[in-house]
Amino acid sequence: MIMLTESLRHHHKYCDDLFVDAEAAAAEGNWPQCQVLLSRLGDAIEDHFRTEESLLFPAFEAATGMAGGPTQMMRIEHARMRELIGQMRSAQTAQSGDAFAGAAETLLVFMQQHNLKEENILYPMCDSSLAAQADGLAAQLHDSLEPGCPTKN
Amino acid sequence: MHSNLSFEQAPPLSVPYRFFLTAPWFGVAAGLLLAFMGEDMLASRWTPAALAGTHLLVAGFMLQAMCGALLQFVPVATGGNIWQPGWVAAWVHPLLIIAVGLLVAAFLTQYPVLFMAASLGFAVALGFYAVVVGVALWRTPAQSATIVALRIALIGLVVTLGLGVTLSLGLAYQTDLPLLALTDVHAAWGLGGWALMLLAGVAYFVVPMFQLTPAYPGWLARGVPLLLLALLLVWSLLPFGYPDGVRQFVLLSGLGTAGLFAGMTLYLQGRRRRKVSDTNLLFFRTAMLSLVALLFSALLFVALPDLGNDPRAPVWLGMLAVVGVFVTSINGMLYKIVPFLNWLHLQRLCGLNSLPPTMNQMIPERIMRRQFYLHLTALACLLVAVWLPILARPAGLIFALACAWLGVNLVSALRVYLRFRNRIRAAA
Repeated sequence: MIMLTESLRHHHKYCDDLFVDAEAAAAEGNWPQCQVLLSRLGDAIEDHFRTEESLLFPAFEAATGMAGGPTQMMRIEHARMRELIGQMRSAQTAQSGDAFAGAAETLLVFMQQHNLKEENILYPMCDSSLAAQADGLAAQLHDSLEPGCPTKN
Repeated sequence: MHSNLSFEQAPPLSVPYRFFLTAPWFGVAAGLLLAFMGEDMLASRWTPAALAGTHLLVAGFMLQAMCGALLQFVPVATGGNIWQPGWVAAWVHPLLIIAVGLLVAAFLTQYPVLFMAASLGFAVALGFYAVVVGVALWRTPAQSATIVALRIALIGLVVTLGLGVTLSLGLAYQTDLPLLALTDVHAAWGLGGWALMLLAGVAYFVVPMFQLTPAYPGWLARGVPLLLLALLLVWSLLPFGYPDGVRQFVLLSGLGTAGLFAGMTLYLQGRRRRKVSDTNLLFFRTAMLSLVALLFSALLFVALPDLGNDPRAPVWLGMLAVVGVFVTSINGMLYKIVPFLNWLHLQRLCGLNSLPPTMNQMIPERIMRRQFYLHLTALACLLVAVWLPILARPAGLIFALACAWLGVNLVSALRVYLRFRNRIRAAA
């Protein structure tokens, strides 16, 4: 049996790496570099959210009838993470190291606990409840994640 | 059927915070006691002042922080359902404060009735706490190395409590129990069976999360708690007559196991993907280096029996363990937990229309960094003071200052939270 959510799990790690680079550039005060890396991070995270919200979550909700449960909670957390990335963007534009570090630190902890909830609870639920359509859906998830991700090959 | 409960089980903020905000002030009390008592307090682990100071730290600072953290951590990280956390916290927290106060007074005055009253307070508070947390930990369907470590830690807490009550009654009634030998068993369960076990269980979870390190290898994550438990069981038989060689072997094996955990943590942190190093990392590394130093100190004391038999040798080991490992790691953890929980609760309150202050706006990084250096200075002075008594009073004062600063920082974080919360409420 293939694991439906494999590519999403890999993509979490990929986003972590992009986060680390953007945070390091800001800490060094290399703002032009930070802008490039932050936009790469923002794009990757947006791809991830879009993939989940438009493909995985609707399929899970249709299969289980759980529309207001964990997937709704994950959507709310996605919205919050978009805001934090917005805060990082503003800090980068203003070249404010402190403001960037504060938003980055908050995003990191929030994103990690969000990822753990997905990887330990929601993804296993998806893997088992969507097993029947796993092959097709796995390919769709894979294709929807952004092209720079090393899991796409 | 799948349960989505563990998505949203965090208790109200007031549950862990009452413990977190109290903990540092026990450290202040311990530091002031040392500043007041001076060098005699560090001359041997058996002086009344040393026992009082030790318990201000282990049953005051450490126990408050750990009890509070577990009430937050068990539901969120293990999916365990804690029964009425608000009610549990409302009883356990004040009872523990009173019990520690009574115990410290008992050590300093040697009044039997105080020992008995303290025992009763601890037995009720921790007995109740252990049942509630135990039910949550044993009933959760989830499985992980963290859960195994936390379950053993809770057993460690109960054994420590049982032995502590026995010792207290022994002191109150002048029985012919082997009190000194039982104290070693009590201390081993408290530091190794409860505190270190809990630290390991939490570290498996948060070290990879905060610093983006690789995960702890499975064999180590599962092996360390089980090996420690086995060694603690053997150690518990020691009062019934074992030669010194066996005693040393078990002690060194236990510290070696702890050192393995510490070494692995340092190794993983060295391989972290995150390039920025924050204050939490400095605290955690200091704690792990203290744990490694504990192992090497014990080896040195075995190799050099003249040094090892000095009454200051156990004081040195205790200082490294209690202040170096546990107070340090708790201090660092509080700097992550409190700002994050503040932010987490605020963002839920304010919906998507406004932005809560970020973690670094709750406690600025540079303030945490400065408090870390003060804590490090206090730790260094305390360790030197064990061998250089003239430093005892200043070391106590510096430690009290470092703990007070931590306490003040946590209160300022809470005030940022309250200010923003009130603004949201006023706007609503």
